[in-house]
Amino acid sequence: MLNKEIIEIVNNFKKTGWMPEPEAKRLFAMAGLDIPGFAWAHTPEKAFRFADQTGFPLVAKVVSPRIIHKSDVGGVITGIDSKDKLEMAYHAFSKLDGFDGMLVEETVTGQELIVGAKIDYQFGPVILLGIGGTGVEIYQDVTMRMTPIDKGDVISMIDSLKGGKILRGFRGGEPVNLDALTLLLSGFSSLVTDLEEHIQSIDLNPVMCSGKRCVIADARIILNGTNLA
Amino acid sequence: MNLDPIFKAKTMAVIGVSSHNDSHPANVIYNKNHFRYPLTVYPVNPKGGTIKRETLYRDITDIPDKIDLAVIAARADFVPDIMEKCIRHEVGGAVIISGGFAESGKGNIQKRMTDMAREAGFPFIGPNCLGIYSPQRIDTLFLPAERLIQPSPGNVAFVSQSGGVMVDSMVKFTRQGIGISTATSIGNKALIREIDMINYLAGDPRTRVIVLYIEGFEKNEGRRFVLTAERCPKPVVVMKGGRSHAGSKTVSSHTASMAGDYRVFSDIMKQHGILEARNEMELASFCEALSSYQKCISGKIGIITVSGGHGVVAVDNCEDLGLDVPQLSEATRDAIREHFSSSIRSIASLSNPIDLTGSALDDDFLAAANVLVKSKEVDCLLVLILPYSPGISAELGARISHICKTEDKPVIAYIPNEEKYAMLIEGFELNKVPVSYSVEGAVLMAKALMRDEKC
Repeated sequence: MLNKEIIEIVNNFKKTGWMPEPEAKRLFAMAGLDIPGFAWAHTPEKAFRFADQTGFPLVAKVVSPRIIHKSDVGGVITGIDSKDKLEMAYHAFSKLDGFDGMLVEETVTGQELIVGAKIDYQFGPVILLGIGGTGVEIYQDVTMRMTPIDKGDVISMIDSLKGGKILRGFRGGEPVNLDALTLLLSGFSSLVTDLEEHIQSIDLNPVMCSGKRCVIADARIILNGTNLA
Repeated sequence: MNLDPIFKAKTMAVIGVSSHNDSHPANVIYNKNHFRYPLTVYPVNPKGGTIKRETLYRDITDIPDKIDLAVIAARADFVPDIMEKCIRHEVGGAVIISGGFAESGKGNIQKRMTDMAREAGFPFIGPNCLGIYSPQRIDTLFLPAERLIQPSPGNVAFVSQSGGVMVDSMVKFTRQGIGISTATSIGNKALIREIDMINYLAGDPRTRVIVLYIEGFEKNEGRRFVLTAERCPKPVVVMKGGRSHAGSKTVSSHTASMAGDYRVFSDIMKQHGILEARNEMELASFCEALSSYQKCISGKIGIITVSGGHGVVAVDNCEDLGLDVPQLSEATRDAIREHFSSSIRSIASLSNPIDLTGSALDDDFLAAANVLVKSKEVDCLLVLILPYSPGISAELGARISHICKTEDKPVIAYIPNEEKYAMLIEGFELNKVPVSYSVEGAVLMAKALMRDEKC
């Protein structure tokens, strides 16, 4: 069920049409989904404090209501291993359009997946699972299911992906934690059902899935009634 | 709404029959039902007069009989008034053949009519459709019968948004020995839609398989459709028209750009155990198989052939479609070998596929089939028969079928489609064992039986 806070977050961003990453992640955390530890820093010092608690390496991402595709403008830096690099990232981001602070996150590893949702005209809320990474739109190794989805659906989704074997541990690779993936997908499915009237689509891209966790490393929520080109 | 008056009509009024133009659609419908179907049919035209010595009634309310079904082939503008009279005269339902409604920008007339029908609980099919067809019972298709190939009665129900696709499929089904229970062209589907048809056909004792040609659903209707089809105790097969991705929508997210309408449709059908046929060959193969067998299989296929090459091709097709061709146990092989004729005992190959070789006799087929229908190692049998082999007789079809009837295990045959082999083919088909005229088609039939992993 949606609590007041989730509805408030959604309503706050109806005007811009999409929800920036820190807010989207806060929303997923409230819905019980796994996200990386993060801090939203408006000064380099706040980023340093987070680094002291979490340790390196870290990921830094620009926060800006005007930047929807962060990596296209150099707004994502991974593998940050020192305070110097963290500060450099902060200064570089501060020159970007609409800069509203920097997101600092723990580095999560694993198999890159894409998990998505869209409100389909004919079928209502639909959940997507696919092999992630930069080639996601080229290979289009994805599969869709109508909500609600259960554990059987998750298994059949994995089996319908060409890359499903990778998730099950291909050639000595670590298999992903299927329980964690099932939890993520079913939790996401019920959140999407609850948000049906408010959203157009959601990308969780990538979701990093290892033998231990399935973590939403990046997220974008496109709200209803928006027309982003 | 009760659709029985439409599908089980005993009395029919055809509205729009012309007194001078016998090729008018209403006349075609009147003539065929009046002369050839077990119905009492009344022609209606506001001008009155006679047709073929029968009274042409000026108004449906003048007919001195209770009318089950009104077939309306009048101009769109007149249809709401006609429907109002039908309701007043307590007609059971209508098929509206006429076009010129929502499809040509006159959604307002269609809406008025639909609202009226819904309020009165008056079921109607269409408008802008071919209506309904049920072999030997009723036929509202305005196509002259001599132009069609008469479908035979059977247990496949066809529901189609397109009348053309429906008729063309029925013609092809007939050639392949697939019989029809009812075919319904729902046209603009203003009132009676796919979901209503599934609900009705689920309770129709003549129907065992429901096939739908679908172009699109209304908002959230797809969701209700799959839930209805999933609950339906009879297998549901769909064919989707219009698969191209409408590229005009905004693609602000990866998900929205990848989850195109057709991919979503296709994946969701699979999720809910609804079989999707992607082309005519799949459609016919699925229908033929499901018309014989409703029980699901897990997909362990046993193959019996007289040609090694056909066995190889069948295995390739099985692999492509996700069917398994398991190795047979030593015990099973021994049991089969024991009953082989001396001419093949030392040369037949007993791995799966079982290759009986060109020296095989009928009895060798029966020996292998006898063991495999009882074995738990396979749950479906594919029998590839090349009647060119000298040891195969015309009785083989019936003889294999009889073995299968003793066990609850589906058997599917491949035989080349030549008149010469008709008796062999009929030996199977009369016993409800489906025959495909290609190896690929036979494997598709097996695939159809695997439609739902949940059962």
